[in-house]
Amino acid sequence: MKIHEFQAKRLLAGFGIPVPRGEAVRTPAEARAAAQRLGGPVVLKAQIHAGGRAKAGGVLKAGTPAEAEAAAARILGQPLITAQTGPEGRVVRRVLVEETLAIERELYLGLTVSREEERLVLLVSPKGGVDIEALAFDEPDLILRQRIFPSTGLHLFQAKRAAFAFGLAGPAFSRAVKLVADLVRAFEATDASLVEINPLALAAGGELVAADAKMEFDDNGLARRPEVKALRDPDEESPQEREASLAGLSYVKLDGNVGCMVNGAGLAMATMDLIELSGGRAANFLDVGGGVTEEAVAKAFAILASDPGVRSALVNIFGGIVRCDLVAQGIVRAAREHGFRIPVVTRLEGTNVDAGRRILADSGLPFTTAPNMEAAAREAVRLARGRGGAG
Amino acid sequence: MSILVDASTRVVVQGITGAEGTFHARHMLEYGTAVVAGVTPGKGGTRHLDVPVFDTVDEAVKSEGVDASVIFVPPLAAADAVMEAADAGVRLIVCITEGIPALDMVRVKTFLKETSSRLIGPNTPGIISPGRTKLGIMPGSIHKPGPVGVISRSGTLTYEAVHQLTLLGLGQSTAVGIGGGLSKPVIAYVAGLTAPPGRRMGHAGAIMSGGRGTAVRKVELLREAGAFIVESPADIGKIAAAVLSGKA
Repeated sequence: MKIHEFQAKRLLAGFGIPVPRGEAVRTPAEARAAAQRLGGPVVLKAQIHAGGRAKAGGVLKAGTPAEAEAAAARILGQPLITAQTGPEGRVVRRVLVEETLAIERELYLGLTVSREEERLVLLVSPKGGVDIEALAFDEPDLILRQRIFPSTGLHLFQAKRAAFAFGLAGPAFSRAVKLVADLVRAFEATDASLVEINPLALAAGGELVAADAKMEFDDNGLARRPEVKALRDPDEESPQEREASLAGLSYVKLDGNVGCMVNGAGLAMATMDLIELSGGRAANFLDVGGGVTEEAVAKAFAILASDPGVRSALVNIFGGIVRCDLVAQGIVRAAREHGFRIPVVTRLEGTNVDAGRRILADSGLPFTTAPNMEAAAREAVRLARGRGGAG
Repeated sequence: MSILVDASTRVVVQGITGAEGTFHARHMLEYGTAVVAGVTPGKGGTRHLDVPVFDTVDEAVKSEGVDASVIFVPPLAAADAVMEAADAGVRLIVCITEGIPALDMVRVKTFLKETSSRLIGPNTPGIISPGRTKLGIMPGSIHKPGPVGVISRSGTLTYEAVHQLTLLGLGQSTAVGIGGGLSKPVIAYVAGLTAPPGRRMGHAGAIMSGGRGTAVRKVELLREAGAFIVESPADIGKIAAAVLSGKA
C-alpha cells in the first residue's frame, strides 16, 4: 500500500525524523491560510501516489499567501500527468504547503526489503534529489549498500558508514547516525516495504531534514498496523481496484480488451500470456484467490465487466480448494444481476468440475465453454476482436 | 523416484483443529498420508480426526516421532509456527499459510539457517508424491504416479501442469510448490512474460521487479542452465512428453 508524502512525513516525524513545517490542504483558501501561518515563502506540492511531480509542474513556489492561493488553484482539482501516472494522470485532491528550506546539499537515504537476499537493505548516497535507479546505473560508486540482519538489527558501525558516505562531519554526522537508526525503527514498526527520503536535505545550519518522503507498506502487515491501514486513500485507486480490494480480490487494470478472471496469481499470469500468444491483450489481472465465496466470484465478474474497455471475458478456474460449482453459481448470479454485455468464455477444471459445467449449461445463458485454457484464450481473443476495439 | 516425502513420512499438522486444518488434514488422511499428530495450543490431550493433539510441536515430536510438519495457522502467527517446528527438529516444514508479513519471513529465514530444517512455502500448495503421500492442499485426484518431477512457484498453475501431464498418461514422481535442486531434464514455463514491469500481480510470489526479477531474465537463466523452455502454458504436458521420449 502506498501513502501520500504528507502522511509519510507525519509518520516519520513521529519517530524523531526532522521534516519541514507544513500543512496538507484541500482548497486554495486553505493554502493561503497555511502560507500565512508558516510565514515567508512556501512551496506547494501536489499530493498524488506517483513520482515525477516536479517535472510535471506539480511543485510550485510562492512568495506570499496570495501567490500560494493562486498556485493551489492551478494544481487542485486538475489531473497531474507525470512519467509514472500514465496518460490520464491523477486528479490532485490535496496540496502540501511547506516552508522553503535553505538547502546546502541534497542526500539520498532509502530502506527496502530485498526478497532475494532475505534482508533489509539500506541505501545511502551523497548525491540526492535524482532518480536512484538512474544513479545506480550511471554512477554506482556513489551508492553505499548495506544489508541489515534481522536477528541483530542495525549496527552502530552501519549507521556511521552511512553518515561517512553522506560526507558529513561534526554535529551533522551525529544527526545522520541517529536519523538512520530512527528510519530503521520506523520501517520495522510499521511493516514498511520501502522508505525513501530523497532528498534528505542538509540545511545551511547543519540540520538534516526529510525534504521529500515516500513510503510503501507490506499489505500482509496491515492487519497488525491499524494506524497505517487508516492512511489508505481510496481516491488513488481506480473504481475497479477499490471494489476488488473491498471484496478481498487481487485486481490490476491493464490496457487490453479481454477481461480475465482466474484463481491463483501464477495461473492468472499464464492466462494473460496465452491471450497474448493468441494475438490479443488482457484487460486486467484478476486473481479470485483460494478461499473465495460465491459472492466474491459474482463481485469479481461484475468488476471485470464494468471496465468499458472489456470486449470479451475469459474465466479460467482450476479448482483445488476453490470448487467449480461455486464459481459457476457466482458467474451465473453476476450475469443475471448485471446483464450480459459481453461474450463469456469459461474453462473449468478440477474439484466439482462436472457440477460446475452443468450449472453453466442449465443457466440458459450464452456461455462459450472451452475444453482447455489454450482453446479458451483463442476463443476469447476472437470474440473480443469481433466486437471492435483494439485487439 | 520421489523426493523429500514418501508413504513412511510421519506428519504433524499445526493448526489441525481450525477450519482449514481440519478440512485438509482429513483429505490428507484419506489420501493415505501418515498424519500422526496435530498441534493446537490449549487443546493438548484431546483427539481430532482420531489423531492425538498436542499443545506444542516439541511434545508431538517426542511422543509420536515426526518427520514433517504442515502448517495451517493464520498469517500473523505462522512465522512463529515455522520457527517452533524448526526448533523442535522437524526436518521438513510445509507452510501453506498465505499473507505472512515480509519482515516476519526475513526473521524466519535467518532463524532457519541455524537449524537443519527445510522450509517449503509459505503460500504453497505443498508437496505430493502421487500414490504415496500428500502434504498440502492440492487435489489428489488429478495426480498419477510416474516419472516426472514438477516444481513450481504457483498453486493452480502447478495443478494445470500436473493435469496436462496426467491427461497424456505421464505420471509424477513428486510435485512440489516451490524450488529445489535440479539434475534431471528440466522443462520450464515462466509465467508473466506479458505482465507489465513494476506492477504487483497478486500475491508476493508474483511480483515483476526490475533486472533479475523479470520473467524474461528468468527464462534466459533457465535456458543457460539447460532447461527446455515452454513458451506457451498450454504446451507443458506436450513438451514433457517429447523430452521423455527423446524427441526434443
